[in-house]
Amino acid sequence: MSAALQHAPGPSLELTNIQAGYGDFQALFGVSLRVEPGEAVGVVGPNGAGKTTLLRVISGLLRPRAGTLRFGGQDLAQLPAHALPALGIAHVPENRRLFPHLTVEENLKVGAFSKAARAHFEQRRDHVYALFPRMQQRRHQLAGTMSGGEQQMCAIGRALMSGPKILLLDEPSAGLAPLVVQQVFALVKRIREEGLTVLIVEQNVAQVLRVVDRAYVLETGRVAAEGRAADLAADSAIRRSYLGGH
Amino acid sequence: MDLLDPFFLEALVNGILLGGVFALPALGLNLVFGVVDVVWLCYAELVMVGMYAVWFLYTQAGWPLWLAFAACLPLVSLLGLLLHLLVVKPLLNQPPINQVLATGGVLFVLQGAATLAFRTDFRSLGVDMPPMEVGEVFVSGTKLAAFCAALLGAGVLWAFLKFTYVGVAIRAIARDREVMPLMGVDPQRIYLIASAVGGALAGLAACLLVVQLDVHPFVGLSFGPITFMICVMGGLGNMLGGFLAAFLMGLIISIGGFWGNTEYSYVIAFLFFILTIFARPRGLFAR
Repeated sequence: MSAALQHAPGPSLELTNIQAGYGDFQALFGVSLRVEPGEAVGVVGPNGAGKTTLLRVISGLLRPRAGTLRFGGQDLAQLPAHALPALGIAHVPENRRLFPHLTVEENLKVGAFSKAARAHFEQRRDHVYALFPRMQQRRHQLAGTMSGGEQQMCAIGRALMSGPKILLLDEPSAGLAPLVVQQVFALVKRIREEGLTVLIVEQNVAQVLRVVDRAYVLETGRVAAEGRAADLAADSAIRRSYLGGH
Repeated sequence: MDLLDPFFLEALVNGILLGGVFALPALGLNLVFGVVDVVWLCYAELVMVGMYAVWFLYTQAGWPLWLAFAACLPLVSLLGLLLHLLVVKPLLNQPPINQVLATGGVLFVLQGAATLAFRTDFRSLGVDMPPMEVGEVFVSGTKLAAFCAALLGAGVLWAFLKFTYVGVAIRAIARDREVMPLMGVDPQRIYLIASAVGGALAGLAACLLVVQLDVHPFVGLSFGPITFMICVMGGLGNMLGGFLAAFLMGLIISIGGFWGNTEYSYVIAFLFFILTIFARPRGLFAR
């Protein structure tokens, strides 16, 4: 049997007019965003634009103050964060947040914690090892002793263990050497070619626009622009602001 | 000094046996601290309640000893659950000093309740196993059995933490609790499980101690402070560190008693502890 898993197209993710923040600080001012099944969508923008906050709202770590958040027929704002992986939402957080004192395989096991995922542990683990052969070599190594790129692959693998329909990636290229960044984006491309829906937040605008279908430009908590990746990459204003072009 | 002196060897063996019994409450305390981030100051008193339960069921209610032991584990486990739900959980977002004060308050409540229920008399189970002779060394059968049971308990705990989904999640949450919901883990549920397992370990420790010590309302003082020192020496929350430190402490007390007397052996143990926290404030086995 092939190690690749088929990803049935999941429901669409739909955010309408989301407001969110921390205490007195408001980070998102009415953000609307839509990700269709099978699509890869990017959210780009400068530091502090609210990109991480946006992903935290989607995965339930932060409750929106206003607006609606729907995944298919489900109102996500009504559910606790720990119920979302079972619905098919997997979040690879900023800075990877691996468990450094656990082995690679134990990290994958934590990723398969939800009841529905446990039955598929071995099958999905083998799939992750097929995607990242390096992880198989290092399965008994402590995650904290690996290089940054390997840790990023392990973090993505851990998210895949829940059998997601949509994968949320927060700055997967942060802190990695340029060559490793290329590898990570190549992997994101492979994952989406398998039919998985991807929402990816990045500061590395040039790279991310090459792997996504569409993107949103987030500036100080508002959607400043949106469109097809190719169009945004050609847009002169965006080239000036984010791509170092003229 | 002759290292093959049978009395010295006996002290050595007794130290290891003692360490095995210290190891259980140290593991339980470390487990709860590592997961919930709260120190159960009344841990030794949970053990005391378990000791009374075994004593009562065996000598007063006439249960067979094994049944009294079997009842003690779930009973103290339930006590751990209740401690979490009624005392710790409402204070989870409070400053740590409030949690220490609250679980410290439970310590006095349990001591007072035991005094009211059973008075301050020393209660003995009155069971003893014949000593065994290995070469020229005499080993208490009771202590040896308690030691084997403690190792078995520690082994079951290790397998639980190593191989089960909940066990691996327990080790993960000790490092990073904010990220756990993204793994589909409800931290509150893990806290409950850790509290129940921590209680069960106190229950097992109670079974092993009640055959060696008379139970009275303040019996917790004879192993509680040592348990805390062991946990700090091994590094709070570090399960393996606590396990090893328990044997170190058992050996120090036993060999100190061989050279001086039992009272002095505790003085030596405390001195060693004080020197340790000066030299390695984060624990002997901190990386």
